[in-house]
Amino acid sequence: MIPSTLEYTKATSIDEAIAAVQAGARPLAGGQSLVPMMRLRLAAPGAVVDLGGVAELVGVCEDGDEIAVGAMTTHRAVAADPLIGEHCRLVAQAASGVGSLVIRSRGTIGGSLAHADPHGDLPAAILAAGGSVVARGPGGERRIEIGDLVTSYLTTSLADDEIITQVRLPKGNAQSAYAKFHRRAIDWSIVGVGVAIGADGVRAAATGVADRPTRLAGFEAAVNGGGSIAEAAAAAGEGLDPTSDLDGSAEYKRHLVGVLAQRAYLEAQG
Amino acid sequence: MGQTITVTVNGTAHTAEVDPRTLLVHFLREQLTLTGTHIGCDTSTCGCCTVHLDGEPVLSCSVLAVQADGCAVRTVEGLAEGGELHPIQQAFHENHGLQCGFCTPGMMMTGLGVIEQNPNAADEEIREALEGNLCRCTGYQNIVAAVRSAADQMARS
Repeated sequence: MIPSTLEYTKATSIDEAIAAVQAGARPLAGGQSLVPMMRLRLAAPGAVVDLGGVAELVGVCEDGDEIAVGAMTTHRAVAADPLIGEHCRLVAQAASGVGSLVIRSRGTIGGSLAHADPHGDLPAAILAAGGSVVARGPGGERRIEIGDLVTSYLTTSLADDEIITQVRLPKGNAQSAYAKFHRRAIDWSIVGVGVAIGADGVRAAATGVADRPTRLAGFEAAVNGGGSIAEAAAAAGEGLDPTSDLDGSAEYKRHLVGVLAQRAYLEAQG
Repeated sequence: MGQTITVTVNGTAHTAEVDPRTLLVHFLREQLTLTGTHIGCDTSTCGCCTVHLDGEPVLSCSVLAVQADGCAVRTVEGLAEGGELHPIQQAFHENHGLQCGFCTPGMMMTGLGVIEQNPNAADEEIREALEGNLCRCTGYQNIVAAVRSAADQMARS
């Protein structure tokens, strides 16, 4: 199908992009969710501003205790990046499993977070890693923790005139892993779990179990309290109320959370 | 309300006016009449429409033509040179990597997108790379064999 009538501009700087967004344009990152939605007429933004020409939004560099990832860095680049692989392995791993190669070649880390699909892998992996984003609007920049970014299905706390410019990944997540379950290779995760073993203990977060990425408090408490991995896995689904749907019942998804948390934890331990 | 774009397709610069909502695949097929790039699904599932955009394999159904302004696109029509099949085309031919052929342009462009960057890609990497390309005829074995064979051939030459 063909998208609805559209005005298109291509920004060459962040300021230009923000000015366009202020004027009502929808930011277009890699377009691997937005263009298909436009094609199916599930989205009809009227105007888009393409961020593909903003060079300062692409790339990965070290910045103190963090890795700064430009919002327009593709999943393929994130998956192959040596810095992210070394310091924040679960994020590289999650990026390597998004969609298929042809989608990872275009889809971006910032776009994935701004789109906030409740089955997205990167929001959960970055939540487990303790990451945040830098959002910029006409009034300047602010930091948003991933836990505060996604507020519901496909909804974020970004203001209408803000765009994500960077994703900040804390170092110290070398011992980490992301495990997911899906039916076909290219499907969204039914459930995915990221586990990071850091200096302050184990953090775990899941996708597919709520309207937003969710910390696994039961799993974290058990494993950080000295419980066995089997006990932690059994506690992983505590407090979660996933939706029963064609992918499986709520009970099945809670079971998956435990299985995947265990799998990711064992892999993270190495 | 058209926008003028210039896209270099298979080495030739094309300047054309497009409606901004035109998908790259429709621009290629309908405005440039390069119908080798197929449309299979409309849901980003099948990989038939895969082309290279500045060297990266992408779904041309999920890119607007205006986004390709100033970029280089390579389609299946750009593979053969001077009547000589490209090694990946020769390998699909020799390994019986196709039956009906509908998915084949996408399979070749995705396969090439991997082995051009990593000619020593393991079979597992080739299989993973092709996970977004659906074939309803072959069962994939000969497609993987063809990509493998093309990689070996390209590494030798």
